[in-house]
Amino acid sequence: MTRTPLRPLARILQARQKGENPDAIERENLRIRHEQMRDKARVRAEGRLLVMSVMFLVAFAVVGARMGMLAASEPAEPRAHASGASIIASRADITDRHGRILATNMETHSLYAHPQQMIEPLRAARELKAIFPDLDEERMVKDFTDPKRKFLWVKKKISPEQMQAVHDIGEPGLLFGPREMRLYPNGALASHIMGGASFGREGVASAEVIGTAGIEKFFDEELRDPARGGAPLELSIDLSVQAATERVLDSGMRLLNAKGAASVLMDVHTGEVIALASLPDFDPNDRPNPPTKGSPSDSPLFNRAVQGVYELGSTFKIFAAAQAMELGLVRPDTIIDTRPPFKVGGHRIGEFEGHNYGEIPVEEIIIKSSNRGTGKMALAIGIDRQQDFLRKLGFFEPTPLEIVEAAGGKPLLPSRWTDLSSVTISYGHGLSSSPLHLAAAYSAIANGGTLVRPTLLKQQGAQFGERVMSPQVAADSRDMLRKVVSSGTASFGEVPGYHVGGKTGTADKPREHGGGYYKDKVIATFAAMFPAHDPKYVLIVTLDEPVETSGSKPRRTAGWTAVPVAAEMIGRIAPLLGLRPEYDMGEVAEVTLVRQ
Amino acid sequence: MTEMVYGTVSSVREGEPVLPKWWRTVDRWALSCILMLFGVGILLGLAASPPLAERNGFGHFHYVQRQAFFGGLALTAMLLTSMMSPVQVRRVAVIGFLGAFIALLGLPFLGTDFGKGAVRWYSLGFASVQPSEFLKPLFVIVVAWLMAASQEIGGPPGKLWSFGLTVTIVLTLALQPDFGQACLVLFGWGVMWFVAGAPMVLLVGLAGLVGLGGMLAYSNSEHFARRIDGFLNPEVDPTTQLGYATNAIQEGGFFGVGVGEGTVKWSLPDAHTDFIIAVAAEEYGLILVLVIIALYTTVVVRSMMRLIRERDPFIRLAGTGLAAMFGVQAMINMGVAVRLLPAKGMTLPFVSYGGSSLIAGGIALGMLLAFTRTRPQGEIGEILRGRAR
Repeated sequence: MTRTPLRPLARILQARQKGENPDAIERENLRIRHEQMRDKARVRAEGRLLVMSVMFLVAFAVVGARMGMLAASEPAEPRAHASGASIIASRADITDRHGRILATNMETHSLYAHPQQMIEPLRAARELKAIFPDLDEERMVKDFTDPKRKFLWVKKKISPEQMQAVHDIGEPGLLFGPREMRLYPNGALASHIMGGASFGREGVASAEVIGTAGIEKFFDEELRDPARGGAPLELSIDLSVQAATERVLDSGMRLLNAKGAASVLMDVHTGEVIALASLPDFDPNDRPNPPTKGSPSDSPLFNRAVQGVYELGSTFKIFAAAQAMELGLVRPDTIIDTRPPFKVGGHRIGEFEGHNYGEIPVEEIIIKSSNRGTGKMALAIGIDRQQDFLRKLGFFEPTPLEIVEAAGGKPLLPSRWTDLSSVTISYGHGLSSSPLHLAAAYSAIANGGTLVRPTLLKQQGAQFGERVMSPQVAADSRDMLRKVVSSGTASFGEVPGYHVGGKTGTADKPREHGGGYYKDKVIATFAAMFPAHDPKYVLIVTLDEPVETSGSKPRRTAGWTAVPVAAEMIGRIAPLLGLRPEYDMGEVAEVTLVRQ
Repeated sequence: MTEMVYGTVSSVREGEPVLPKWWRTVDRWALSCILMLFGVGILLGLAASPPLAERNGFGHFHYVQRQAFFGGLALTAMLLTSMMSPVQVRRVAVIGFLGAFIALLGLPFLGTDFGKGAVRWYSLGFASVQPSEFLKPLFVIVVAWLMAASQEIGGPPGKLWSFGLTVTIVLTLALQPDFGQACLVLFGWGVMWFVAGAPMVLLVGLAGLVGLGGMLAYSNSEHFARRIDGFLNPEVDPTTQLGYATNAIQEGGFFGVGVGEGTVKWSLPDAHTDFIIAVAAEEYGLILVLVIIALYTTVVVRSMMRLIRERDPFIRLAGTGLAAMFGVQAMINMGVAVRLLPAKGMTLPFVSYGGSSLIAGGIALGMLLAFTRTRPQGEIGEILRGRAR
């Protein structure tokens, strides 16, 4: 469009000639231009108005259609718990190896209040106080009468009886929500394995149950997985064996004045942990809070069998003997001089109570538990080969057990592995490990020389792990361990019919803040396997600071403490495990004579 | 014939009586729809307000009587306004706008909040006045005037001025706080700007800004975020107003549960205002709801179709703004009840109970009717108005 000037010169001049007012031409042109502009705006506005009309039409139609859809749908019964359905509230059960319940869920209810719907808040607070004496009535009155409060929890878990009592108050502002809670019907039994559970996200309609420790936490996701369909988690634990173990351990601990005790019973072929106990224990239904002062290892929550790492003393001697035999350095009847002096790195190596066993064969070294004898074998093996062997047996890493605490049971190794370390470790000092480590390593000897990985899950068959010693060496080692019980330091470990083999270990407890060892505090351990000629199970019993006071002076060695407890335990659990006793009349008579 | 040739026709028309001329030119369809809406409002008031009257200790139909009284005032105001010429409307509206704006500014000092947390009302003893209700339609007229003026050659930069005015009013309303009215005002301005020929680039940019603002509000304001979350969550909490409203619509079905049989009015505190559509749906069913929607649609779409033919920019803009604001308010109210939109309290214009909103609605619709009257267009109109060359 060419833009015409408002005052075209030609027309202005013409108009002037005719004596007309030239402003009229300008006004006329201005009007025309204005008209054109308006027309353009109008055309554009027409289109846009049309668009808007259609948009309004469509929008109203959508509202109408939506109304129609709503009107056509069936009204649903208003349900108060529709909003919280997103919280997954199903958690799989945990059972023992025979399907007996270890952990399950129970439907309880939570109690909450809607103060705005309350009719008699003061009476409600008074009656609630009567039902739940631990509630603070003044605080409830304050909350219930606060006009701004719309919601508050009164109790997170209430029993059916309490629920009925609250219901009978008849207050519409008091409401119940379903609450699935975790229940451990066996109480404190196997508490350290189960760990515990608590509520995660909480809603009125339901609450998430999450594992806080033990196997509950380790398998938290699996247990909560809806795809699991509620299939229970089957453990390797045998509930009745576990119960017997805990009872014997508990009475043993009391009788021997120990401050703590632990035991591990393990299937030597499958690696299944049949029973695992740590005392003192707790009730996972009411899990105590972690201690805020004192040593955490004294807390009931502390799992001594898995988390606790101790110098396990002479129980380690069999490893030195087995490795020396495996390497061909010695045979069971090889004579070794155990007479003093025996100095390594400037340190004199002594024997228990200053004994001198003279020149004795390897077998006798284990039976009599000679420090100097195993030390000499360790020197012959050498540092590298010793480390290698212990690493294979699992003493360098935490155990792979399926509870979260297992990762905390990391063995303590010497920072510099000298000849002296090598010698002391051969009789169980200078390397701290958990009783479970020891159980796994003894299982390798017991099952004929292959490694097993300890597990809490029920297995289908034997594990065939890496071979660490030949079947012959394992058999020779078992013979020695059997003789330790039949004629050595663990004579109290004899259980009629069950041919127990094993090795004692009494280690002085190191002082907490460094500076050597206590003279009167020991960790007494008995590592046993039965039946010795074809072992099925390994049992480790560890007592923390036991003392046996029936004699003229207090006795603390494992032979007087851990061994009798373990013997009592085997006598109780072996029948439960389905082992048939085998009696050798002659031997039994002989032992009876010796005892008397 | 001679008179027509010599341009004295206008004098003949000027002699035509006011009422016949009004009846001849007014949009009778829209007028009937508005009257029917008012009737529906009274009908629903009969259903929805007795529980409120009972709660406040009045006679059963106290609120219906008040509604009828204010409705009569509103209809009178509407008819009178619709008889005015666009120029008269403009003059009165601009003066009225100044008054309403001053009243709005005076709210923090003289207003009351009736214990609802936002100072929006002047209490007059027997009734209360909400200045923002009156401000809305008058604001539309002023903005239309400014925008139309900017289309004159050598006219003022009206679009810029109107934008400044809009921002001022939106901020004042937001401070009360009354975000609903603020949004309506902003929307009304946007519609007029759109029809007045806003460049597409700026429109898209503005849409982007609104989206950005929404996201900022969502991440910063817990109140706002809760509203949006509640809207997006497919599950309705049955103990909220929305839950009751949804249930009421479902209970009503196609033909309703029957007059006076509804229950939702007893549980909803805003049954007579924000959720009156739920009462309608429950007692009279989908039928009445569709009728109401059809009435609103007719008023809005018919007005716009008539405005398409309008050549005068001021009339076109003002009419569009009024119609759009009226329609959008109704749409938001109903959209919330059926969960198409996030919860926002907004009355259903001309149906919900409320004196201020009724009279202000009457004035707004009166102005709309005045603008949509058939009148000579283009040059003929100018000739008739005696402004020809």
